[in-house]
Amino acid sequence: MTTIRIPTPLRTYTDGQTTVNVTGSSVTAVLNDLTQQYPALKNHLFDGDELRSFVNVYVNKEDIRALNGAATAVSEEDALMIVPSIAGGA
Amino acid sequence: MSVLSNDEIRRYSRHLILPDVGLPGQEKLKQSSVLVIGAGGLGSPVLMYLAAAGIGRIGIVDYDVVDETNLQRQIIHSTSDVGRPKLESARQKLLDINPYLEIDSFEVPFTSDNALEIMAPYDLVIDGTDNFPTRYLVNDACVMLNKPNIYGSIFRFEGQLSVFATEDGPCYRCLYPDPPPPGLVPSCAEGGVLGILPGTIGALQATEAVKVLLGIGEPMIGRLLIYDALAMDFMELKVRKNPECPVCGDHPTVTELIDYEQFCGMPAHDHSDYTAAPALNGQEAEEKTPVPQITPIELKARLDQGESLPILDVREPHEWTISNLETYGAFLIPKGEVLEHLAELDPQKEMIVQCRSGGRSADVIRELQKKGFHKLLNLDGGINRWAEEVDERLPVY
Repeated sequence: MTTIRIPTPLRTYTDGQTTVNVTGSSVTAVLNDLTQQYPALKNHLFDGDELRSFVNVYVNKEDIRALNGAATAVSEEDALMIVPSIAGGA
Repeated sequence: MSVLSNDEIRRYSRHLILPDVGLPGQEKLKQSSVLVIGAGGLGSPVLMYLAAAGIGRIGIVDYDVVDETNLQRQIIHSTSDVGRPKLESARQKLLDINPYLEIDSFEVPFTSDNALEIMAPYDLVIDGTDNFPTRYLVNDACVMLNKPNIYGSIFRFEGQLSVFATEDGPCYRCLYPDPPPPGLVPSCAEGGVLGILPGTIGALQATEAVKVLLGIGEPMIGRLLIYDALAMDFMELKVRKNPECPVCGDHPTVTELIDYEQFCGMPAHDHSDYTAAPALNGQEAEEKTPVPQITPIELKARLDQGESLPILDVREPHEWTISNLETYGAFLIPKGEVLEHLAELDPQKEMIVQCRSGGRSADVIRELQKKGFHKLLNLDGGINRWAEEVDERLPVY
């Protein structure tokens, strides 16, 4: 199973789950599986069909923008991370 | 002759015997200058450690006043400082830690008009701000002036750390080209933050600052640290310099500072939860239209006349346990779940929408207006203002 780490701000939409197991052979496919399991996430990750530009996705520490974008291949051993921008500091 | 006095040499003894610092390193720190933007959660530990470490000159930008709700995490300020300007409180604490320090105080909002001038004299900048407009401003100004930007940010139990805008390294815009649309990412004032978290991230920022100033070790250039306090997990990700970056790329299109509030569609305010309500501060983002308001006193008067007014509370369940208007028939549907419960709400009936201080409830009203609800009133100032003006038995949080 491929795992996706859910960042703190989005755990509200995954019933508090910190990681979710997903299936699929590309970033697009596993994110689709994720939003099917947790539909409330969809609006936070996607603007229409496009991944939102303030939500970064990493496959094994590498930004998918440096790989093949949403088409980046994903295997069962891969660990994905969603890292949205946060601004807190005060 | 050293730039350090004998008293200072005694003070920095543990640094002087440290192989990578030594007397030359300590002298370098003494001759270094750092600008810290924000004397709050991140700024507190950053300032205290940099002062103790012997940085010669520290500039601080902050125009806020110490508030009781700051004390849970802003350890540079104490209970006796409540009501004082943060700069005054910070200055006193820092000079008590290290009297050999020079401190420059900038008690102004950090804006596109003053950013370059304030930043120019310093070797390095530490971003301890709390909102997207100011973070993009700090980044762009650092890139334009070639100042390393030691970045940290926090939310609930999670923190991020990186070093941006060095000679060949990426900048904040390489990591996040665009800010999130207003309302999609909650602020700490809205989502909460573990008081110790800014301590952890701030201490790491101070560490990176000293490393960059001394040219030792491997600073977090091109790397992003994600810290999960609950899992006690430190994860490291790669940040690539984006050749297309509008600020630091090969062909920059942003070559002077812009209007960052417009860029982010939100005001650069500390307590954005409340001040983001457009009608209140005159700095409204274009997307945020004013919503009909009702003050707590007006609402109380109408309820006392026996009017039946449903009150929709859009906070989170753990906030409901702190204070609520259940005795007046209030019911809870958290902001993120309101659209799923549309069928339970009557668009024909007048209804009050309420949160902690009026920001989230205004967002909900704007959303519901699009779904045909036109009889909604926002409780101005939220339950906190109700507690202050109508029912003093309720706590303010």
